[in-house]
Amino acid sequence: MADKRYAMVLDTRTCVGCAACVIGCKTENDVAQGYARDWVFTETTGTFPDLQMSIRSERCNHCDEAPCVTVCPTGASHYGPGATVQVNQDKCSGCKACIAACPYGARFIDPHVGAVDKCTFCGHRVANGIPTTSCQEICPTQSIYFGDLNDPDSQVSRLLATRDHYNLLPGAGTRPKHFYLK
Amino acid sequence: MQEMTTTRTNHSVDPVLQIWHGEIPLYLFLGGVVAGIMVLTGLWFLLRPGAERSRALSLLPWASPVLLSVGMLFLWLDLEHPFNAWRFYLAFKVGSPMSWGAWILVLIYPAAVLLAWAGSPELVRQRWLKRLSAVPQLSRLDNWATANVKSLAVTNAVMGAGLGIYTGVLLGTMVARPLWNSAILGPLFLVSGLSTGVAFMLLYRVADHERVLLSKLDMGFITVELALIALWLVGLASGGAAARAAVAQFFGGPYTAAFWTLVIAVGLVAPLVGEWIELRHKLVPGRATAILVLVGGFALRWIVVFAGQQSGWISEFALR
Repeated sequence: MADKRYAMVLDTRTCVGCAACVIGCKTENDVAQGYARDWVFTETTGTFPDLQMSIRSERCNHCDEAPCVTVCPTGASHYGPGATVQVNQDKCSGCKACIAACPYGARFIDPHVGAVDKCTFCGHRVANGIPTTSCQEICPTQSIYFGDLNDPDSQVSRLLATRDHYNLLPGAGTRPKHFYLK
Repeated sequence: MQEMTTTRTNHSVDPVLQIWHGEIPLYLFLGGVVAGIMVLTGLWFLLRPGAERSRALSLLPWASPVLLSVGMLFLWLDLEHPFNAWRFYLAFKVGSPMSWGAWILVLIYPAAVLLAWAGSPELVRQRWLKRLSAVPQLSRLDNWATANVKSLAVTNAVMGAGLGIYTGVLLGTMVARPLWNSAILGPLFLVSGLSTGVAFMLLYRVADHERVLLSKLDMGFITVELALIALWLVGLASGGAAARAAVAQFFGGPYTAAFWTLVIAVGLVAPLVGEWIELRHKLVPGRATAILVLVGGFALRWIVVFAGQQSGWISEFALR
């Protein structure tokens, strides 16, 4: 897994914003009540009747230049297997510097543990040989793709090679690994 | 027209960040005061080693460890997992200002206590040595500290400056919070710390000639602080959309009244004018201007911490 570079690709053309990904994640990862590791963002622009709508299922971007990892004083936030960003809750003091440092607001304090929590790209599944995330598995329109950017034949690599796509907040300089197909 | 909705409602993250409350500005304020006291007493002991000092000035370095302990208590209370605080000391992360701060804080204690001891009046030291005669190592420590006042003074001045700068850099490194994301914040918090340090010292019975010198120094600190605040605001106003939205909080936004009255008028301009009048009329500087400076220094940290959390990339405009 050392050479893998995991990424997520979401097809905004097929995502209908049903939020099944949110429920799937909460169930799979036992996310605290009232909190979510992934969410659905809807953006409407224009003036009626010339409206354009964009729906995105969003989560931690597992940035290559993750500010949350840089600011963490204890090493709890770290780069994990497959170039993902992970949190070791045993090391977390709950100082919240990483929450302030994340421009996407992807992190929160798990009230039961007192430590920071966020999307892991379903690291526990991947580590056990399951190559999918729970949000991807449950998506009824199959809009979520997960895979290895270092493998040119992976589905995510092929999608990014052939479809127009964008990242969120490229100006923040975090080099996110969550992509949105136009 | 642009309309954005999200299903995310994570507590203290949405709709705007509210992770740091009163504990953090209180700590930053106390840290600044301690930084000021350490730098000023350090330089004083270094540059005027033989000069007669008032009893209050000689004892003031003791305030550093005391105030720092109160500040660190607030810092500890802010932690969501306080019993993991020891984890700070199993790691040193070069890129994390908080890691630097954690280590600076523990290194400061011995330096501050030793300088406070060495700077204390002879009588006070002898009395305590007699009381603690059961610990013979103390008199050896006393000999060492009194013989090394100069190096202790330098250490205190350097560490104090480090403490003052780090409290600003801590916020300044966060790209995600445009209001904080300025290199000016480090020097600004240091100078504000020096100014509040002077103000704290002026609350005590330091001698008249010492008050005049401290007050003159404070006029310089306040002037520099005003200039740094202006540079900070100009830097934000000439930045990108996120930075401009952040600084708009002080120009018509929710923090306009608090910032211009408490920080600028009450905390900086009023004491500067007051000190100037005292100097002009050869009056001994009193405590009124000092109290204003302390109010202003606290207001600055309070407003920067809260307004900074309101600033961000998401709420102001679309993500892409």
